[in-house]
Amino acid sequence: MNSRVADRIATGVLIGLATIIVVLLVGLFSYILAKGIPNISWSFLTSPSSTVQAGGGIRDQLFNSFYILFITMLITVPLGVLGGIYMAEYAQPGKITHFIRSCIEMLASLPSIVVGMFGLLIFVNTIGWGYTIIGGALALTIFNIPVMVRVSEDAVRSVPSEQKEASLALGITHWHTIKTVLIPAAFPGILTGAILASGRVFGEAAALLFTAGLSTPKLNYMNWNPFSETSPLNIFRPAETLSVHIWEINTQGIIPDVEEVANGASAVLVLSVLLFNLLARWLGSTIHKKITASK
Amino acid sequence: MKTPIATSEQKQSIPKKETDTILKVSNLSIFYGSNQAVKHATFDIDKNKVTALIGPSGCGKSTFLRSINRMNDLIPIARSEGEIMYEDVNILNKNINVVALRKEIGMVFQKPNPFPKSIYNNIAHALKFYGIQKKKVVDEIVEESLKKSALWDEVKDRLHESAFSLSGGQQQRLCIARTLAMKPNVLLLDEPSSALDPISNAKIEELILQLKDEFSIVIVTHNMQQASRISDKTAFFLNGDVVEYDRTETIFTNPSQQKTEDYISGRFG
Repeated sequence: MNSRVADRIATGVLIGLATIIVVLLVGLFSYILAKGIPNISWSFLTSPSSTVQAGGGIRDQLFNSFYILFITMLITVPLGVLGGIYMAEYAQPGKITHFIRSCIEMLASLPSIVVGMFGLLIFVNTIGWGYTIIGGALALTIFNIPVMVRVSEDAVRSVPSEQKEASLALGITHWHTIKTVLIPAAFPGILTGAILASGRVFGEAAALLFTAGLSTPKLNYMNWNPFSETSPLNIFRPAETLSVHIWEINTQGIIPDVEEVANGASAVLVLSVLLFNLLARWLGSTIHKKITASK
Repeated sequence: MKTPIATSEQKQSIPKKETDTILKVSNLSIFYGSNQAVKHATFDIDKNKVTALIGPSGCGKSTFLRSINRMNDLIPIARSEGEIMYEDVNILNKNINVVALRKEIGMVFQKPNPFPKSIYNNIAHALKFYGIQKKKVVDEIVEESLKKSALWDEVKDRLHESAFSLSGGQQQRLCIARTLAMKPNVLLLDEPSSALDPISNAKIEELILQLKDEFSIVIVTHNMQQASRISDKTAFFLNGDVVEYDRTETIFTNPSQQKTEDYISGRFG
């Protein structure tokens, strides 16, 4: 077989694989959307879920998903970015750094159900919070931190060393150089990491079952006092997210319209992830353009 | 904000005297692990003059240059012996304030390395760190430094565009402007025009000749014509040794060492 034939075969196989991926994605998307969109209506999005009757909505679950995402990222992003900076800029190569790196990788491969059980043990029982948003967010943080650290480290390392030298040679301290040169240059990479991590938060159910719970108290959306019992912003209340809701009604739901609600909720979930990604990317590139003064 | 480089005891122990020497290098050796890159270099660098360091690749001239503002600190396996005296302070002393030192001894690198920011912010970057925030003052320093680096006329209408939109030669002059804005005493140039076209190269050389009234300049160059055109004194490095250090004219017309003559006349390197 000569090299030209080999080249043709390789090209053909790669095109074939790429096609399979695209077909799978498009198929899955159109199936979920085709089944789900007819069930989505304004009242579906704005009414609370029902336990026995048909016609319940997903208002609280949708809000909970975004709220837990927000709280999780509020904890994950600063910790992850600082960890990544430490690994890229301060950690000296050696046994301790090697050990930290192994720990991070191990943490990344923990099954989410185990993280959920850990959350149940620590946040729900030992600390005694019960099922709470903060407990769920902390559990999600546990397996999002490794991704965030890893991605931030790579992003900081990939900034050309000439940039760092230029800043240091001007008589600027290491930390100020990190803040004003390395982080802005690494920003697109860090943003990608944050988007990947947030996708996992949206889709996660197992870790939240035992930490944020399967129920949501009656919420009053006019009450914005985060310390009030009925406020949606209260982080010490149980909160069922969309993913958990889909799992719950499919396994133990007694409402007659289980399938309609599950299909509608799945479509909303997929669209939320998509919308969130697009929004985050647009915001990211706008910020990046502003810092770098590029067009 | 002026931060003293020396620790207080050093300042007291050595009396200050006026000389025309800005840097006094004595018995300087630099090692990368077990490999000795610079061997017992000893010579004085004159104030407000251009000193050129020439020699074949790997002879230690860039290593020498980078030790003057402690950029070798970034290389974990690098270590140095001997001393470089600057304003009665040994630059190589572990306890000096390296950040303040680098403000007074600025460096421009071989490859133009502007920050991925606007032209204006490339210069304002370091000013902000030193607490210069007032827009009027920053504007003035930006204009002054760009004028000094002969770039002002080319960029004055697009200060807020990306520095990456400039040509290589303009980027290098921006890097020089950025360093000048810190008002350093010494300017270290590491082959500043080797990556540039002949016209940009000529502009940089012209600029260096203008700048030496205000700054002491040390330049590493591979281009011997460049060294002979712009420098007052030249040091010839070979395998880490300073083979000869003299007035540029002498080095290029009547060198005392055979090796220098061989290198100048292109017999090796």
